[in-house]
Amino acid sequence: MPSLKDLKSRITSVKNTRKITKAMQMVAAAKLRRAQEAAEAGRPYAERMNAVMTSLAGGVAGSEGAPRLLAGSGKDQTHLLVVMTAERGLCGGFNSSIAKLARTHAQELTAQGKTVKILTVGKKGREQLKRDWANAFVGHIDLSDVKRVGYANAADIARQATAYFDNGEADVVTVFFSRFQSVISQIPTAQQIIPAKFEAEAGAASSLYDYEPSEETILADLLPRNIATQIFTALLENGASEQGARMSAMDNATRNAGDMINKLTIQFNRSRQAAITKELIEIISGAEAL
Amino acid sequence: MAGTLQFDLVSPERRLASVSATEVQIPGADGDMTAMEGHSPTITTLRPGILRAVTSEGVKSYIVTGGFADISPSGVTVLAERAIPAEEASSTILDEILAEARSLADAALPEDKAQAEKNVSDVAALRDAVQKH
Repeated sequence: MPSLKDLKSRITSVKNTRKITKAMQMVAAAKLRRAQEAAEAGRPYAERMNAVMTSLAGGVAGSEGAPRLLAGSGKDQTHLLVVMTAERGLCGGFNSSIAKLARTHAQELTAQGKTVKILTVGKKGREQLKRDWANAFVGHIDLSDVKRVGYANAADIARQATAYFDNGEADVVTVFFSRFQSVISQIPTAQQIIPAKFEAEAGAASSLYDYEPSEETILADLLPRNIATQIFTALLENGASEQGARMSAMDNATRNAGDMINKLTIQFNRSRQAAITKELIEIISGAEAL
Repeated sequence: MAGTLQFDLVSPERRLASVSATEVQIPGADGDMTAMEGHSPTITTLRPGILRAVTSEGVKSYIVTGGFADISPSGVTVLAERAIPAEEASSTILDEILAEARSLADAALPEDKAQAEKNVSDVAALRDAVQKH
């Protein structure tokens, strides 16, 4: 049975923890709003880009002169997995679920005899994958000093990923991130970016347009941009998901701390009452003995 | 009175403009073009340059550094990699963009070199044009 003093300090400590988790929750809520706005603001661009790419790709796909970024390198031996996670922890299962998806993916590919290479974005994913896949690591992109993820960061990641493809060090590039569904639900997603995949819509749309310069030139110019855009969208989604996950994790933690405080307070009051009763009994039985 | 067309300018990070305009002047990769209502559907890539939209509230200018424009008879959508309203563009920003283009050109593979060098000269021309104002 812990002493009254122990209980008291226990309660104070849990109360402090609750203050911290509460503060973190509120910070995450504020950041989530900003992250969601950023994701929202990036959407028109990504949508237009995708629409144009789809109609362009529909016209060129399958033909001989299709750019490599679209047609692929003709092999699928080496897979580059770009795993995007957060720089910080304390956000529930956010980082683990992305790492887990990447791990399963990597295991499947290895089982099929493919080579796996991993490029990590964000510290937490790297830490989690280090144990099993450390020798598959080919690089790491640190975004910890980036306050607000910009298109430039995405373009940089895209450049690195494309470089692997261009040098023949990777045949397929897939990004792993978490799609933001709501505060309580984020869906870990794998998305293949090289070779580019588009929903095969009727290629008829492309013939409506005039192209300046030629269709192929535009496509060659847009494909790298499209990769950067997809990575940017993924980064933004990931940012919103991270804050959402942190918010609900901290909300849970705050609630648990509250429950804990209630339990400890009851225990504290009981022990105090027991001590008083015990003292009274001692006095009374002492008086009766006289 | 010429008809109007919907003009949208979006960058990856935000939507900069969504207004109706009577004409939009676009710095296309193969030369400038002006889109007005009823323009035949065209997709063109952009070179670094000045994008102008003539609206009922006057002419709005933006500095764009590449991307593409999707022109249809009823509207123009410009997807710019980077777009800055002309009044916000200072020579420091432009110098920065120029330095960036220069470093990309230096790092470019031989087959992309010509393209990157052209990009640098476009940016330099753009900077000179802005500074004259």
